[in-house]
Amino acid sequence: MVIECKHVWDCISGYLDDTLSLAVRELVQQHLDHCEICSAILDSTRNILILTADDQVFELPVGFSKRLHARLDQELLPLDKSD
Amino acid sequence: MAGTSECRDEAQMIASILAGDKQLYHELIRPYERSVYMMALSCLKNEADAEDVAQEAFLKAFYHLASFRAEAKFSTWLIGIALNEARSRLRREGTLRMESIDDITEEGGHTTPALLRDWREVPSEALERKEVRQMLQNAITSLPAIYREVFQLRDVEGLNVVETAAALGISVGNVKVRLHRARMMLQKQLAPLLGKVNPKRRWLPWL
Repeated sequence: MVIECKHVWDCISGYLDDTLSLAVRELVQQHLDHCEICSAILDSTRNILILTADDQVFELPVGFSKRLHARLDQELLPLDKSD
Repeated sequence: MAGTSECRDEAQMIASILAGDKQLYHELIRPYERSVYMMALSCLKNEADAEDVAQEAFLKAFYHLASFRAEAKFSTWLIGIALNEARSRLRREGTLRMESIDDITEEGGHTTPALLRDWREVPSEALERKEVRQMLQNAITSLPAIYREVFQLRDVEGLNVVETAAALGISVGNVKVRLHRARMMLQKQLAPLLGKVNPKRRWLPWL
């Protein structure tokens, strides 16, 4: 059985997460082995996921943690006074 | 975030906090500061608002700690609170669009990816360039909310599909469908841009 490109596109996410059934994965793999367009789509998607998962993309604002814990102290410490 | 909870006994920490050791709350939340802030930022798209909502979410979680049920993961519960806080702020400000109900159908419809003949890997070092980081941020931020939330939790913060489903209050099946659409939308938008980012060093003299 041969599958078309658009069917492979529907499987890209499952392929990357390794959640496809064995049979579907084999079909997709056979297609990828000879389709340079689908291979490039898979590679670019994988690459984009690696880049977007990098902590550098979304950074915490400078001083975020310090301000958060100061606020917590401010709100929670008065509760301790009765202790 | 993965692995942070395994080496700490969070149930014990929570029990101690509830018994009066309030200072321990600082330690309990430390591994999740980033995720909570990012979830808020993902909804509000504004750093100052996101920081404010993140602080409110941590306070709310503290005051409601007794209602936390041990069968859930603390991180998932916390992120759920942050998401609710962010959504209610949007609602108060009248900016919550009803796209999650009206505009988007879950099933059917393909997102056609960007078609390329080959792909040259863009290395993580490219992220040192501000314009590359900005490009990725813009692409994620511009996703419709229901896709952005799933993508943010699963692919940026590294939650698994079950945790993502729990934090968002949707089914695992919906997480998978939305995640796939989100990834394809990002590929479509980013691949052509990123493909031009990194032609350094390998100039071909005849081009």
